[in-house]
Amino acid sequence: MTRLKLSSSTLINIGGSIIAVTIALLLGAVVMRLSGADPWAAYKALWNGAFVGKRSIAETLIYSAPLILAGLGFALSMRAGLFNIGIEGQLIVGGFMAALVGAWDLGLPSVLYVPLALFAGAVGGAFWGFIPGYLKAKAGAHEVITTIMLNYLAMRLITYLVLRRDDILPVDPTFVATKKVVPEARLPLLMPPTRLHLGIVIAIAAAIILWYILFKTRFGFNVRAVGLSQGASAYGGINWGRTVVIAMIIAGALAGLAGAGESLGLHGRHWSAAPGYGFTAIAVGLVGRNHPIGVIFSGLLFGALNAGGPAMQSADVSKEIVQLIQGFIILAIAALEVVNRFPAIRSRFSRRSAASKAGA
Amino acid sequence: METTTATTTQASANSGIDYAIRMQGIVKRFPGVVANDGIDLLVRPGEIHALLGENGAGKSTLMNILFGLYTPDEGEIAVNGKPVDFSGPRDAVLAGLGMVHQHFMLIPRFTVTENIILGNEGSKSVLDRTAAAKRVREISESYGLLIDPDAKVDDLTVGLQQRVEILKALYHGSRILILDEPTALLTPQEIEDLYGILNRLKADGTTIVFITHKLKEVAAVSDKVTVIRRGKTVGERITSDTTGQELADLMVGRGVSLTVERTPATPGRTILSARNLTATPIHGHKPLTIEHLELRAGEILGVCGVEGNGQSELVEVLSGLRPITGGTLTINDTDVSTCDPNGFRAAGLSYIPEDRHHRGLILDFPLWENVLLGNAQEGPFVRSGIVRERTLQARTSQLMQDYDVRAPSPSTPARSLSGGNQQKLIIARELFRNPDVLLAIQPTRGLDVGAIEFVHKELVRVRDEGKAVMLLSYDLDEVMDLSDRIVVMSEYGITGEFNAGEVTRNHLGLLMGGRHSDDQAEA
Amino acid sequence: MDHFFTLDLLTRILRMSTPLIFAALGGLICERSGVINIALEGLMLIGAFFAVAGTYWTGSPWLGLIIGVLCAMAGAMIHAVWSISIRGDQIVVGTAVNLIALGLTAFLVQSIWGTAGGSDRVTSLPKLGGMSILVPVAFVFVPIVAFVLFRTKQGLRLQACGEHPQASVSAGIDITRYRYSAVLTSGLLAGLGGAYLSIGNLNYFTLDMTNGRGFIALAAVILGGWNPWGALAAALLFGAAEGIQIQGQSTPGFPISSDLLVTLPYIVTLIAITLFVKARSGPAGLGKHATTS
Repeated sequence: MTRLKLSSSTLINIGGSIIAVTIALLLGAVVMRLSGADPWAAYKALWNGAFVGKRSIAETLIYSAPLILAGLGFALSMRAGLFNIGIEGQLIVGGFMAALVGAWDLGLPSVLYVPLALFAGAVGGAFWGFIPGYLKAKAGAHEVITTIMLNYLAMRLITYLVLRRDDILPVDPTFVATKKVVPEARLPLLMPPTRLHLGIVIAIAAAIILWYILFKTRFGFNVRAVGLSQGASAYGGINWGRTVVIAMIIAGALAGLAGAGESLGLHGRHWSAAPGYGFTAIAVGLVGRNHPIGVIFSGLLFGALNAGGPAMQSADVSKEIVQLIQGFIILAIAALEVVNRFPAIRSRFSRRSAASKAGA
Repeated sequence: METTTATTTQASANSGIDYAIRMQGIVKRFPGVVANDGIDLLVRPGEIHALLGENGAGKSTLMNILFGLYTPDEGEIAVNGKPVDFSGPRDAVLAGLGMVHQHFMLIPRFTVTENIILGNEGSKSVLDRTAAAKRVREISESYGLLIDPDAKVDDLTVGLQQRVEILKALYHGSRILILDEPTALLTPQEIEDLYGILNRLKADGTTIVFITHKLKEVAAVSDKVTVIRRGKTVGERITSDTTGQELADLMVGRGVSLTVERTPATPGRTILSARNLTATPIHGHKPLTIEHLELRAGEILGVCGVEGNGQSELVEVLSGLRPITGGTLTINDTDVSTCDPNGFRAAGLSYIPEDRHHRGLILDFPLWENVLLGNAQEGPFVRSGIVRERTLQARTSQLMQDYDVRAPSPSTPARSLSGGNQQKLIIARELFRNPDVLLAIQPTRGLDVGAIEFVHKELVRVRDEGKAVMLLSYDLDEVMDLSDRIVVMSEYGITGEFNAGEVTRNHLGLLMGGRHSDDQAEA
Repeated sequence: MDHFFTLDLLTRILRMSTPLIFAALGGLICERSGVINIALEGLMLIGAFFAVAGTYWTGSPWLGLIIGVLCAMAGAMIHAVWSISIRGDQIVVGTAVNLIALGLTAFLVQSIWGTAGGSDRVTSLPKLGGMSILVPVAFVFVPIVAFVLFRTKQGLRLQACGEHPQASVSAGIDITRYRYSAVLTSGLLAGLGGAYLSIGNLNYFTLDMTNGRGFIALAAVILGGWNPWGALAAALLFGAAEGIQIQGQSTPGFPISSDLLVTLPYIVTLIAITLFVKARSGPAGLGKHATTS
């Protein structure tokens, strides 16, 4: 029942993503060349930084974990028809909440404390996802604007809380961060002495669960239906508002888990500086074609780019080039999507001609 | 008039006549489809020339080619004797062509004047709206097409909007007018007005191409008719020398019986009953008010009316998509007035929606997931929230066989099916639940003749099984052919109810146009 | 509190409204032509960065301004090509442009000044009464845009492209040209707004210095009902939120923590967009293409 069939459209999607990434890497090389650096050396350094040696691989997986989770959040929102640029805010609220719970020292054993802190992160993210979902469903407020505003709001609010409210919260104004998470609430390490923690396992498990929900359950059917056709889903008795709000809650929870993993696994506290993963998550989702299994692979790809990015400095290329390459990837995907939409080109791949355009 | 047309016994490419429009050997291919496959169209100056063909025969494609919206793959076009090669509508307008589209190319938020002058505003950058309105008034008076130049198009009736479209073409200097299915949205009375306008324009020397699939209209207004079928020209006739039956045979390519075989109805108990029903209006529209409506077992109730008189609202209310603000609505004696669409289905309702692509199907879903649409309550297909894919696939295969849905497999995306097969899938999905009431909304729109016959027979079969059927169609002939009882919708209410056979087409037409007589009265 | 309601407050409101007015007018023109432009944020950022870089290279803030605006227009060109000619999803494309702007400016700050956070200080544009010369320019643009949009042939056609692309095509309007012009104009205006932030209001560039203003400007377009005067009013509202915040920060004894006050513009935008969005409807053809073949 859970066999994975690779249909022709899946193959086109995978091929398209690979082409898009290749084009973006080439464009990145052009930019490096223009700025006087040696792209070949830079990419070699990137490769080494991402894949060569146990430590590098661990770093790639460490970076991949939040990107996969956040990418899943974006993908789920997209499936429901919402362009959720607010993954960033949902992620940092989740990270902050998890860190607060983890830093409070509740005196619980690890088996209880870790799940509780993770849960707090998920709830924080879910709440931050619920707000734009609810505003969309009730008032029709466009999610692109509300989620962006909520990103900035989250950043500023958390900065305020860590700077000014050490009277009531376990925060440390001198670090502009929460206090350290107690050891009992830290995610277990998988491969000491590397920093690799449980986050990657959580991320992959979440992807598989989300795949099941999206493609095997009525709720998943509802989500995909409202995302593709509001008219037909209403006809089918699917409540659009409720479905969109629940999808945004789950998307927020996934992003919140991403943030929680960072706080509880990697950093041991929540820093108020935003990591920018929420925007990378958009690229992760789009390259993974908003399919949970695709998101695992694109999350690993972007994890590798982020892990190897700093190593490029040895080739005199600043790691910001990675962000630029992400932008190029999205542009390439946007262009290829269109190729995919035109029946003339598509039919060359799938041989099934779309006769629906006839008679126009 | 007769003298200009009667001289043509055969149309040859090399005759020395300067045709207003000469299209020869037009071929246009779309991926997987040849929409035009060698069409010839020869229109003489000053005639009204009907272009007759079924839905999908290639009429609109041909006209879009003529108007420069599509580039033909093969063939020659000449306007007023001069070969042309349009790269866009601008070229077509400059050559003197004007097009009145089936879906008006008007901007609702603009005024009549703004719409008319758009694209031909004059040489100055700064607009002089007063002067423009004056010119519009002059031209509308000179053709007898009265209109308020400062009215917002959004506020005009459909008939008046069409008038704006015609004026726009005339304003841009068009001497050759192409009208694409111009009667689709009009009341019978408005159609009569349109005929009057066209004859007046003809007397003034304007050439008119009239695209239609209705034989009556060909007879009523045209001098000459070209029939196309499956992308090919199959005949050209002088209207006065031909018969409806000959044109029908040409159009569909075989002898067709245009009537539906059925026995008299034996209505049984009332299944759906609505009383004093009111509903929240669609933004900017009047609220729907239905005093009394009943659907009885074993009969087809036809709902006729001009599009935009509350039909959408009625259907949404009867299917649970639009909240009811007052009155009662029962199905099988269950009060459904507070139910959602699932509640209506549970009470025994099935519904074939008007819009296959945006309501009836999710085109990117495979067929089996489309069968799940509306059938996703706990039951055979869903247990504890989990979809039982195999059961569903098997059932879909079975339905595809039973209803002759031609597709490679249940996993085929709905998008890749033809319109007829898509409609069959919807009918299969709606009927396998064995409902007591079936709402069929425009069920044959855009289908070819074979599929139309299938749908009609299916509706009669369902009726004969003792179910209540409501057929809502904007095609008055379809309603009259199939219904046992007919109600007329006008101005967001029901304005008449008749037993079939006890009412004339004319009487229905009057009721359909009933209360918007203010503008049409003088014409 | 005596120090709160001073002339400074008004100046601050005008100063903070200015970038929003520029960007909102750009967004308005773009959306009126039927192209969704969430790339405003990135275009502002590009304008802000290259205005500083241009000033740094040439020594003249005026040349810097021109360079900044031209680069923002180049960024807009990407949005135009992808949105209009390639027909990509306009929101996805806008997101890509925003990411490219973020990455490119961060990359170049590093390459040019060798720092991670921002640029060196450069000469700023001249000031009038404590405000940048660009402040009155922004206000002058409002009636100009309104005039072009509502009183000229080009404006009528631009609106037609946004309302009903197919009708525009059949009226013989070259909608591709109009839409390209509109997107490029939005690049010009967003570039001015960005340059104002860096070399008008300040004299340096910092990473992500636009801080969501492109999106706030977009909210102003919606809130203003796609009308230049409405957009001006909305931009003033959002600018006021920011002005009040800055004024509050610099008022001794102001009751609300400055770190909390900085959330005000975002909260005001969220509330405004939620409360009033239903009464507004944008161009009917937004994001739609005409069919030709």
